[in-house]
Amino acid sequence: MLILHCPYCGVDADETELSPGGEAHLTRHGPGSDDTDFESYLFMRENPKGPQFERWRHAMGCGKWFHAARHTVTMQVFGTYPAQTQRPPQEILDRISAAQPGWRWRDLGDEGQRA
Amino acid sequence: MTSYRLTTPGRRIVRGRRLNFTFDGKPHEGLHGDTIASALMAGGRTLMGRSFKYHRPRGPVTAGHEEPNALVGTGTGSRFEPNQRATTTRLHEGLRATSQNRWPTLDHDIGAINSRLSRFLPAGFYYKTFTWPAAFWEKVYEPIIRRSAGLGRPPEGPDADRYEHFYAHCDLAVVGGGVAGIAAALKAAREGKRVLLLEQDTLWGGRSITDGTMMEGEAPADWTAARIAELEGMENVTLRLNLQGSGVYDHGYLTAYEWVAEDRPGADAPRHRLWRIRAGHIITATGAIERPLPFAGNDIPGVMLASAVRDYVSDYAVTPGRRVIIVTNNDDAYRTALALLDAGVTVPLVVDARHEAAGELARQVRDRGVEIATASGITAEGGKEVTGVRVVDIAGNGSGGRLVRCDAIAMSGGWSPVPHLWSHCGGKLLWDDAQGFFYPDPDRPPLGADGMGMVSAVGAAAGDLTLSRAGLRQDSKGSLTEQPTRPVWVMPEGAGPDLRAKMFLDYQNDVKVTDVQLAAREGFVSVEHAKRYTTLGMATDQGKLSNINGLAVLSAQVGNSIPQVGTTTFRPPYVPISMGSIAGAARGDIFQPLRRTPLHDWHEARGTRWEPVGHWRRPFCYPRAGEDPHAAVMREVKNARQTLGLLDASTLGKIVVKGPDAGRFLDLLYTNMMSTLKVGRCRYGLMCSENGFLMDDGVVARLTEDTFLCHTTSGGADRIHAHMEEWLQTEWWDMQVYVANITEQWAQIAVVGPNARKVLEKLGGMDLSRDALPFMAWAEGEIAGLPARVFRISFSGELSYEIAVSANHGKALWDKLLSAGEEFGVMPYGTEALHVLRAEKGFIMIGDESDGTVIPQDLGLGWAISKRKDDYIGKRAQERVHMTDPKRWKLVGLQTLDGSVLPDGAYAVAEGTNENGQRNTQGRVTSTYHSPTLGHGIAMGLVLNGPDRMGEVLDFPGTDSTVHKARICDPVFYDKEGAKQDV
Repeated sequence: MLILHCPYCGVDADETELSPGGEAHLTRHGPGSDDTDFESYLFMRENPKGPQFERWRHAMGCGKWFHAARHTVTMQVFGTYPAQTQRPPQEILDRISAAQPGWRWRDLGDEGQRA
Repeated sequence: MTSYRLTTPGRRIVRGRRLNFTFDGKPHEGLHGDTIASALMAGGRTLMGRSFKYHRPRGPVTAGHEEPNALVGTGTGSRFEPNQRATTTRLHEGLRATSQNRWPTLDHDIGAINSRLSRFLPAGFYYKTFTWPAAFWEKVYEPIIRRSAGLGRPPEGPDADRYEHFYAHCDLAVVGGGVAGIAAALKAAREGKRVLLLEQDTLWGGRSITDGTMMEGEAPADWTAARIAELEGMENVTLRLNLQGSGVYDHGYLTAYEWVAEDRPGADAPRHRLWRIRAGHIITATGAIERPLPFAGNDIPGVMLASAVRDYVSDYAVTPGRRVIIVTNNDDAYRTALALLDAGVTVPLVVDARHEAAGELARQVRDRGVEIATASGITAEGGKEVTGVRVVDIAGNGSGGRLVRCDAIAMSGGWSPVPHLWSHCGGKLLWDDAQGFFYPDPDRPPLGADGMGMVSAVGAAAGDLTLSRAGLRQDSKGSLTEQPTRPVWVMPEGAGPDLRAKMFLDYQNDVKVTDVQLAAREGFVSVEHAKRYTTLGMATDQGKLSNINGLAVLSAQVGNSIPQVGTTTFRPPYVPISMGSIAGAARGDIFQPLRRTPLHDWHEARGTRWEPVGHWRRPFCYPRAGEDPHAAVMREVKNARQTLGLLDASTLGKIVVKGPDAGRFLDLLYTNMMSTLKVGRCRYGLMCSENGFLMDDGVVARLTEDTFLCHTTSGGADRIHAHMEEWLQTEWWDMQVYVANITEQWAQIAVVGPNARKVLEKLGGMDLSRDALPFMAWAEGEIAGLPARVFRISFSGELSYEIAVSANHGKALWDKLLSAGEEFGVMPYGTEALHVLRAEKGFIMIGDESDGTVIPQDLGLGWAISKRKDDYIGKRAQERVHMTDPKRWKLVGLQTLDGSVLPDGAYAVAEGTNENGQRNTQGRVTSTYHSPTLGHGIAMGLVLNGPDRMGEVLDFPGTDSTVHKARICDPVFYDKEGAKQDV
């Protein structure tokens, strides 16, 4: 059972306090988007065996959504950060690169997010 | 049987305190401190159970939690518990134990015929035997298998005991209170860490005390007592006996299982306690378990692990026999010979698989006149008890051999560290070829949140059987140089099939060496496949005794090394724990919180039939004396249509959306345009998921320029509130909007019927005339002196006011409405009447007309979808080809030709069959009721091209082989113009 640090209220929250929200950093494709983009937004996920950015809500606590960078196999947590961002903090990216050189994730919309 | 109580001291028993208990109904006597097994053995009984498959007679093979054989049912009635290990269940006065898996009695069991048939019941015989003819499966094979399957019988009735959870946090949790665990706990405690030390036994010190090895120059009992005393004096340390480490999970989560009032049934204490521990680090000091030796007849009652024999002698002053032969492949078993000799028991022979027995312990045994047969193995003789052994050449085929009489055998195949907790969360193992065991690989521990190892193993659990690495046995006086073990996986090594078919690996499930070899020959070479095919390691002991021996046999058969074959997966719990402890206090009334409206008690006193709606209870209807629910519903519907009904609508979700961008936000959330709603007005709205499907509906009222009140379905308030928060926080976080769920802050009462306005005017207060408060408007004011918000909305089609007052005024308003309404014949109505009323009007219900695959366009709700908006949640999805397919089933009304009620969920059939040979369908019923207003059945359904097929008759086959015929019609059955609600 995971423990994740809520970046809003500062609590190290047990998984029982949290509700999961799937992968983070999805770009919403609404009306006017083509089928491929919309399908990708709604259904396609990285589902990595390795570092993943994911959404959590501190549902039984402060109620805030935040993101976690977590290794899906080892359960290592590289950090948590507020959900109101397009891209993970650089220090978390650096930490992932240190733990797993050569890791990959989808394009986050700007350069330099990969090791 | 020749087991008996010795006159020597036993460190766990109290001689003066006799306890009476029964076994299979017969009276027995034991001593305080006894287990069921030790007490039965003291009374001369070794036969305690029957094996699962062959019903072979079995006695205890261990003195601990790894016991596969001596399983009994304990207690009676609501305190009955099957499959309790007699070797760890403490005796208490009046205990009632029952043997299992035998009929009619343990000593004379008819099922033992299976043992004679064993050559016809090989590994995988279920899969081979019961496959043909197919028709026999349901009627013949399954009933037979069900009757003979299962071990023990389930308890009957609710559990009479109580259980609880306990939460603990520490820097370090040490699992195992043997010397290695104590030393590790003390080291950390002295560094100031918060330490939890837990031990499954009733005593500290583990095996060291029985085995008597000196610890840092002290006797182990003294060493242990001194260190426990020091730990007890430290504020940062918590010590618990009778607490077993049960499972290790991610991020330092450790569960542990405490026997609290297990031996005090009826006491004012929980029977078990499940500890839910968060530890910064976990140390497993879980020791090691001795392995049996696979020789023919190794399952006869009286064959035991050498360490268990030693435990019974020194802990309980019980010996399994008068003449005990030791068979071993290592030095440790010689300790058992010495313990037996010290207790005055005859040891005629030690059989050692090794070519020489040159160790210090062997020398001591030999010095006491005991014969040691080296390079030898045995086959055991006996039926329900051991009668002797044949001593054979270890490398031979087992033929011949001299017979030596004995009545018990103590065997030792070496020791295996207990790696379970280490492995639960991904810790990897290494193979020690010389000692024949797996042990934790310190370089590949389970990882914690920081990416570092979160579990360490110490002592015997780490493979350090002599504790030399731990540095605990330093002084020359106590340390003994032990000679190397010789791993033996089949004894004798050249044994033929007849002997191998009597060598049991998994005792409980009757898996023999031949079964594993057969599985390998048949292609089950993966350890996980071989396990499931043979059931090796699938018994209640989960392979604690059998796994290594079974792996070794499998690896020899497939020609791979043991580490290449690998282990099966270790899963929690370490030993079975009670279901009650998992539930904890969450049972009965507090299994799930019950949400009550302010009127709940009134409904209850009125004898309402309840309907669960989410966590709420809502009145289904209010039957009068002698009235059945259907009649009550019909009466309630008619009363609301004809004069005046009251509905407790407090469960309706109420969410306030406030802020400069509230209108813009709601435009994105609802399919309708909400930003154009005028203050003081209400609008019915639909919400869809991003995938386009209808998820909720309700009336939105604009309270002020920047404040909206969104009504949701009763079950949907929390979900919709969370949905709003999610979009606000994760997608449109630039919007200045707050949302708050105020569902429970308000009581809401629907006043419904032609006399609704009259009763409210009688109560007095705000102007509720048609001009002041037209249909789909709302106003704030006072009703009967209570501050109120009044919404002129109608889910019934009648003149209707929904009146919201603060929750604590709800009951007062309800009472006033009831007394003022008396002259109009007021009646409360429940959810079923609400359903009938709305169905007569063709109003959809979330969960009936929608099911997660339905879009608003399917339901004829296109009018509620704004064409002027660029975007709303679900809009893009609804543009997909499948969503715009004209062949989507659409909402229509359905009316049976004979006026009867269509079965709920029935399908309308079409011509022809599909590729599975099933009848094609063209629609289904989503809501169906008897309408008392119209005097016939009414229904709604989704039908292919339905709106274009008015008047057509469809066939709806029922489950009772009748076919219901119904005509497609307008879903609005009553007051199509909507005149009655707008007066």
